[in-house]
Amino acid sequence: MNDEKVDSSKLSVERKTTEAAASGAQLATRNSQLHASPGQRAWRRFKKNRVAVLSAWYLVFLLAVILAWPILLKISGGDFAKLHNPDQLSDGQFAPPTAQYWFGTDVHGRDVFSRTLFGAQISLLVGVVGAGVSLVIGVLWGAIAGYVGGRLDSFLMRLVDILYSLPSIIFVIVLITTLGEMLKQSHLVQQSPAMASALRVVLLFVGLGAISWLTMARIIRGQVLSLRSRAFVEASRTLGAGTTRILFRHIIPNIFGVAITYVALTMPAIILYESFLSYLGLGVQPPMASWGTLIAEGVSQINPIRIYWWLIVFPGGVLVTTLLALNFLGDGLRDAWDVKGK
Amino acid sequence: MRFSGRARWIFPLARFFFFAAALALAAGCSRHEPPADLTIINNVEPESLDPAIIVAQADMRVVSGLFEGLTRLEPVAARAVPGLAESWDISPDGKIYTFHLRTNLLWSTGEPITSADVVYSWIRALDPKTASRYAGQLYYLKNAEEFNTGKITNAALVGVSAPDKFTVRAELKSPTAFFLDLCAFPTLAVVPRQAIEKYGDHWLMAKQLPVSGAFQLAAWRLNDKIRLKKNLRYWDATNTQSEIIDILPVGSPNTALNLYERGQVDIVWDKELIPSELMDVLLQRADFHSFTYLGTYFFRFNVTHKPFDDPRVRKALALAVDKERIVEKITKAGEVITGHLVPAGTRNYTPPAGLGYDPVLARKLLAEAGYPGGKGFPRFEYLFNAAAGGGGKIHENVAIELQQMWRDELGISMELRQVETQVFWGMQSRLDYQLSRSSWIGDYNDANTFLGMFVTGDGNNETGWSNPHYDELVHAANEETDLTRREKLFQQAETILVHDELPIVPLYIYVGINYFDTNKVLGIWENVLDDHPLRSIRKIKAKL
Amino acid sequence: MYFLRRILFAIPLLLVISVLAFVLVHLAPGGPFDSERKPASPEIERNIKAKYHLDEPIWKQYGRYLGDLLHGDFGVSLKYRNHSVNDIIAQGLPVSMLLGGLAFCFATAVGVPLGFFTAARRGRWPDYLGSFFAVLAVCIPSFVVAPALILIFAMKLKWFPVALWSTPWHMVLPSIALGSYFVGKVARIMREGMLTAAQSEFVTAARAKGLGETALLLKHAFPIALLPVVSYSGPMLADLLTGSFIIENIFQIPGIGVFLVNSSLNRDYTVVVGLSLLYAMLLIALNLAVDFAYTWLDPRVKYE
Repeated sequence: MNDEKVDSSKLSVERKTTEAAASGAQLATRNSQLHASPGQRAWRRFKKNRVAVLSAWYLVFLLAVILAWPILLKISGGDFAKLHNPDQLSDGQFAPPTAQYWFGTDVHGRDVFSRTLFGAQISLLVGVVGAGVSLVIGVLWGAIAGYVGGRLDSFLMRLVDILYSLPSIIFVIVLITTLGEMLKQSHLVQQSPAMASALRVVLLFVGLGAISWLTMARIIRGQVLSLRSRAFVEASRTLGAGTTRILFRHIIPNIFGVAITYVALTMPAIILYESFLSYLGLGVQPPMASWGTLIAEGVSQINPIRIYWWLIVFPGGVLVTTLLALNFLGDGLRDAWDVKGK
Repeated sequence: MRFSGRARWIFPLARFFFFAAALALAAGCSRHEPPADLTIINNVEPESLDPAIIVAQADMRVVSGLFEGLTRLEPVAARAVPGLAESWDISPDGKIYTFHLRTNLLWSTGEPITSADVVYSWIRALDPKTASRYAGQLYYLKNAEEFNTGKITNAALVGVSAPDKFTVRAELKSPTAFFLDLCAFPTLAVVPRQAIEKYGDHWLMAKQLPVSGAFQLAAWRLNDKIRLKKNLRYWDATNTQSEIIDILPVGSPNTALNLYERGQVDIVWDKELIPSELMDVLLQRADFHSFTYLGTYFFRFNVTHKPFDDPRVRKALALAVDKERIVEKITKAGEVITGHLVPAGTRNYTPPAGLGYDPVLARKLLAEAGYPGGKGFPRFEYLFNAAAGGGGKIHENVAIELQQMWRDELGISMELRQVETQVFWGMQSRLDYQLSRSSWIGDYNDANTFLGMFVTGDGNNETGWSNPHYDELVHAANEETDLTRREKLFQQAETILVHDELPIVPLYIYVGINYFDTNKVLGIWENVLDDHPLRSIRKIKAKL
Repeated sequence: MYFLRRILFAIPLLLVISVLAFVLVHLAPGGPFDSERKPASPEIERNIKAKYHLDEPIWKQYGRYLGDLLHGDFGVSLKYRNHSVNDIIAQGLPVSMLLGGLAFCFATAVGVPLGFFTAARRGRWPDYLGSFFAVLAVCIPSFVVAPALILIFAMKLKWFPVALWSTPWHMVLPSIALGSYFVGKVARIMREGMLTAAQSEFVTAARAKGLGETALLLKHAFPIALLPVVSYSGPMLADLLTGSFIIENIFQIPGIGVFLVNSSLNRDYTVVVGLSLLYAMLLIALNLAVDFAYTWLDPRVKYE
């Protein structure tokens, strides 16, 4: 997914280098306790941003509910569990929200509330793992390219250009279906079809993450390029530190802020992309649900004659609020680490 | 200030850009076409308009308007009546048909249509190089199959010839009761040799496309529209009811409904274009017409895959399906559930009863087969294809219901496997599945179009099932000229299929649904083939 | 110089992309000719495959494809066998470009002022409200926005047609639906840019001259702030083109977005590779144009 070009961050790089240099000087004078580390300063700034903090709390709350719900179902047992089992069909098709079914039911009489929560597991997992995959690949790729420089840098960045120019939808379809076929042949899957579904879901995560790392790589490379020639790195080198040590002890911690911000901002993009794939029928497979599949089902109910509004309002509302929270959180993190205009 | 000075160019640039956009807009709408008399939504874009290679029903509806055959179907009951041929003689043994062409036939570009064109068209459909997927419709001709499979290469040996300019002689392998219906089938339509030889595969895009049917192809823009214009040189042009017909390729039921509600289209005809969730409301409306249809929804077993090689297992699964629930909760169009494959209403045929709904017997059979209470029954997958972007989710919804039913009644676990449509066809034909959702729509109004599929080795069998007795019965029925004896033979065959062996489990008979306002649109009659010739339809212009 | 090198480099780049796309699509399971009605004999299947050279080894097929490509022939669609890929592109590309262009206009026409005003009124309620809507726009999937717009404006209010593409009235709802996501993105980038620009030396100097705040921001900070928006235009136009599938599908617009996705699903090899190449060319050209515009606008930026 294309995003702000690297060059637009050049403006921020100027500011960042001043900060990096300042923090470098601080690392050198480790004994001074008078100034807090950049991490602590960022944390303080973050706490002042009320919206970001609110978003963080909302996400924590959502996570708690998502994790607690299956446990609740398990321990309550009996009718309650049966009623709210997300795969349990019933005769009450398309029932509007009632005391029994808080978010109503769908075409098979399944509890939409429960399906939304179980779907949240998948969607958030997709977002986290996808963003994580793109983080790891992007950071490594960009850091190595930026730090080593020269021909390796050129080569790695050309590869990024090539991949940027491929329409990602093809990539994703082929990745998911081809790897899916290959997995099917493997022994693991032959033994257990449950493993097959799980593996297919994982494939989806990896696939989505694999197409999102490109921008990350570019940004990281830009940051590393500028950091590389900063005073504290020079200092380290004169002291005799090797490449790996410099990479891991000095460069990577300093791009941590950018990285973590980017993860928080990539997650919504990945979750949205998964919902597009579900709309096309390529996302998670039934009977598993993700927010994407639930919303796609809900959207197919929008017509001028009769709308089962709960099928789209509830899953859609939860999706939108979560994405909003992630975005605000990401913005807050970026403001906290970057010190832009006050 | 040099820096912000340069950047100031952004304002005039932006203004210019907006102006250019406005111009582009105006240019984009410069295509001025007269409005059509009739606008129809036909389901998705046809793969092709070449009668020899199309397979989808939607494609055939358009092609029938462009190219005609020796016979054509009349609009009321879809019976075969004279088309390009004005009469015919059938030999007493039922194997030789002599067609007499009309003498005044012309292509839309003016050349005469003669019997040589008919022979050319049929041979072309059988030519292995054309790679027609429906060539099988012509296999009833002598030597046709051998020619199509490459066993013989001399086209002159195939049982169709042109003794003179206006006579076509067809020699069949054995008497075929539905041969005249077949002659109306698009694969046997008459195509213009002059254009094909000149343009090759691109012949349909020729500026002046010669057509033999009621309409000419005025425009064909992919995913946009197909525009048909009345062919004045058609032999029956005086009875063609509309001048210009637009055919729109729309795949999403909601979009189709919206377009119809807003009056942007006049007719929507394809059962897949009705949102099933709204079925109960829509069927109450006067402009929604439902009718029985020659199509069956069923699922297949891969009988080469354990445990589905055991007929008791297959029967058990069949008996445990509550088909009423599926029809009431999921499809909702008032479909008739069925235990037999061939729909009731097929000409000259009353299908035998199949199996009913009996979970107790099902459990007993399953226990007999070695899986009491479902214990030890291996997990298996139900394969179906995804509906991309906006399409109906029938297959998935039926699958979910089946999963639940078998879990509750038999204690067995089924997984759902959804794949893309292209992958689905491939997997089904390679027998790379355990259960797969299926359907079949009759090509012509006869039991053979359904039962002929499950003969050993037929390309459309796709279950791995083979029963020599069944094969014998079907072949014998096709050789039989006496209609009553024929019916009996088919009934015996079908009993083996849906009562004894069950490589497939029929669920319900399709209900066709068209929607249009009968006060405005005339010329459509409901028939089992859902065939409505374009030439017969017209719209009454609103009185202003 | 730099740009000449990039243009030259585009050629091997496109070559690599064509190979990648070709190989990837052939790797995917399923083929273009698998269908519901099986041909009466395997002979026929073999014949179809032979006709389109699908039975040859993949490198040979690619060589053949490349040969045709150099003559400007993208091949014949395997699914719509009477149409060539060139036909498909000629029909669909202008439509998609128009749709994308209109969505772009909408996104910038709404996003830029929104970004400007939220920055100008920073910390006060217009900022909170505007920023909220900007973020909201980025969080709602377009396949939710589109049916909602259709329901309200086309079905209930009857102001616009429901679908299809022929008059300017048909173009309004799809452009809005497609552009809504980017309104949010543009607004946020614009706001960022404004806040940064407001710190710059030029603006501080101008402020010292005593100009009114909004006029000041408009005259001096605004042009600077537009630079990141300009540089985002490249990826945005690219996303508009590639992401138009959903909108084209819902509104039945005959653009190439639908073709791209459907051809992947149909395993229509020639169309997939052809359109991939087309998109790649467009993306490269777009990126190049934007980078060029950027250097021209901001002389501080140099490319090595």
